[in-house]
Amino acid sequence: MSADSAIQIESLVKHFPMGGSVVEALKGVNLALGAGEFAGLVGPSGSGKTTLLNIIGGLDSPTQGSVRVLGEDLANKTHKQLADLRKEHIGFIFQTFNLLPVYTVFENVEFPLLLLNRTNGERQKAVDEALERVGLSHKTKARPATLSGGESQRVAIARAIVKQPSIILADEPTANLDAENSHNIMRILVELNEDNSTSFLFSTHDEKVMAYLRRTIHLVDGNITSDEVTTPSAP
Amino acid sequence: MLIPKLAQRNLIGAGARTWLNVVTTSLALFMIVFASGMYDGMIAYTKRVTVATEIGGGQYWHPAYDPDDPFSIDDSHGLLPDELRQIVRRGEAMPILVVQGAAYPAGRVLPVMIRGIPPQQSIIDLPTQVLQAQPDGALPVLMGQGMARLSELEKGDRFVLRWRDVHGSYDARDAEVVGIMDVENFKVDLGQVWLPLELLRTMVDVPGHATYVVIGADEALTAASGEWVPRDHIFLLQDILNAVKADQPYVWTLYGLLLALAAMGIFNSQVLSIFRRRREIGTLMSLGMHRGRVVSLFTMEGALHSVYALLLTIIWGAPVLYLVATRGIPIPYDGADIGIVMGQRMWPVYSAGLLGGTVILVALIVTLVSYLPSRRIAKMNPTDALRGRAA
Ligand SMILES: Nc1ncnc2c1ncn2[C@@H]1O[C@H](COP(=O)(O)OP(=O)(O)OP(=O)(O)O)[C@@H](O)[C@H]1O
Ligand SMILES: [Mg+2]
Repeated sequence: MSADSAIQIESLVKHFPMGGSVVEALKGVNLALGAGEFAGLVGPSGSGKTTLLNIIGGLDSPTQGSVRVLGEDLANKTHKQLADLRKEHIGFIFQTFNLLPVYTVFENVEFPLLLLNRTNGERQKAVDEALERVGLSHKTKARPATLSGGESQRVAIARAIVKQPSIILADEPTANLDAENSHNIMRILVELNEDNSTSFLFSTHDEKVMAYLRRTIHLVDGNITSDEVTTPSAP
Repeated sequence: MLIPKLAQRNLIGAGARTWLNVVTTSLALFMIVFASGMYDGMIAYTKRVTVATEIGGGQYWHPAYDPDDPFSIDDSHGLLPDELRQIVRRGEAMPILVVQGAAYPAGRVLPVMIRGIPPQQSIIDLPTQVLQAQPDGALPVLMGQGMARLSELEKGDRFVLRWRDVHGSYDARDAEVVGIMDVENFKVDLGQVWLPLELLRTMVDVPGHATYVVIGADEALTAASGEWVPRDHIFLLQDILNAVKADQPYVWTLYGLLLALAAMGIFNSQVLSIFRRRREIGTLMSLGMHRGRVVSLFTMEGALHSVYALLLTIIWGAPVLYLVATRGIPIPYDGADIGIVMGQRMWPVYSAGLLGGTVILVALIVTLVSYLPSRRIAKMNPTDALRGRAA
């Protein structure tokens, strides 16, 4: 395991009980992701992308196999320890944005820092920077309900990056956005990746996202069928 | 301090639903304090009036005296023991003689207790001075308003009063109403007629006798005085306190209903809130909040209702409670009709214990009904919650 390994997965199997039978969502996945990678899981609906991201983020547990995140074996961790790992090192971006509806834009982005007990001054500075990056400095007081889809996802990105996590897991971040907004978001994420050496792992079946990936991992039916370095075709 | 801060943000953000619950809780809080205050005030008032007009600082009873047994009354008097005679002489107490009799106002007959009291006394708050009048050829009689109404007598009216002397022979004379007193204690009013003590002693031929002795409100009862039995406030107020105890279950039921109303509102919105905010709960977990903390957050949100309710109640309820406490509440009926001692106005009493106790009780219940539904969060799977599915 190299020092700059972000994620290391061996023989990961995930079964979901479904009534009497069992859904095999992941059937022995091996995957290593280094620090600073910009990689995407690409595959059809139901291929297990979300399941894999959830397991990496400690939101779900493997049926078999081992998962190491930032050198830590998730198997021996309590719920609280997994939550702490997310709190400190992992940022999530969801297809559905998942902003906290009663908070303002500022408060949404501030939230992860509150959990980390950062001081007032630190929070103010970091939130301002994050909102600046996503171009929403002028919307700090807005409520999520008043934002467009593109704006909402940019707030979600600011929230994910504000604590400068080592890993960002983005589950179909552009699926609810139009082309222009999708490109906007991807350009922001590429920039972040280049500036902070944050590792990105996407799940997507969106061509626009694929065009930015530097590594494309094909997932079909719970198996990785190909894993290749790709040259971003987007400008 | 993070959880309270977040809880407050969420609760205020939730808007109308929050305020509906806060208003209900505030109403319950207010009603409990208001009703208890009225109740306590009524008891305090009743005690005060009873002490002022009837029992003073306490009494010494003739050993045979039993106010509940009318047949023994006529044999329950005697000379005062020395100690009592001394405190009476010092003006710290007064003797009262009780004799059975009958009044015949306008041809009707009413059984009465004839009470002899020193007209000059200032031990209890009855206008006995009017008994110094000496109507021509009639006994001066003082009675309460209730008795006056019952006997259809007015001031200056005459009626025949009949009694039995110590030798067993009946006697009757004209009596004139020299005063009608406005007294809120029906026990010195209904069925009672008051005569000057010395006159009554002569009528019954028991010089120096008394049935009981009332001591001044500031005097202390000593252990015993001869054979006479000291009766303290606890004993003399027993029937009032018993009446209070008999009412307690109803009062508790009322409070229970009020609290249940507030608690149910909050319980419902907690259940609803947790159901509707599954995705938010999942998001909180994905951001690194562990389940225990999310449970605390939701519990705190519910519990904060009681804090807001308290603040709201202070804003609108405190002035109302204050007004009622300083102006009283008029009572539309006469307490004597329902057999209790009661004023024309009711003055609530709010003790620190009542206020503090009510607030703590409401806060505890609100916290409990907030916690119970929130426990479900601890069983939620973050991935299910994120997908908007309940566990
Ligand atoms: N909690 C669950 N219970 C039962 N089955 C599940 C659960 N989560 C996922 N599955 C099943 O596991 C398989 C993989 O699901 P997953 O959500 O990971 O796919 P996906 O690649 O993210 O699909 P999509 O592109 O539609 O988001 C699917 O067959 C799905 O029905
Ligand atoms: Mg998915």
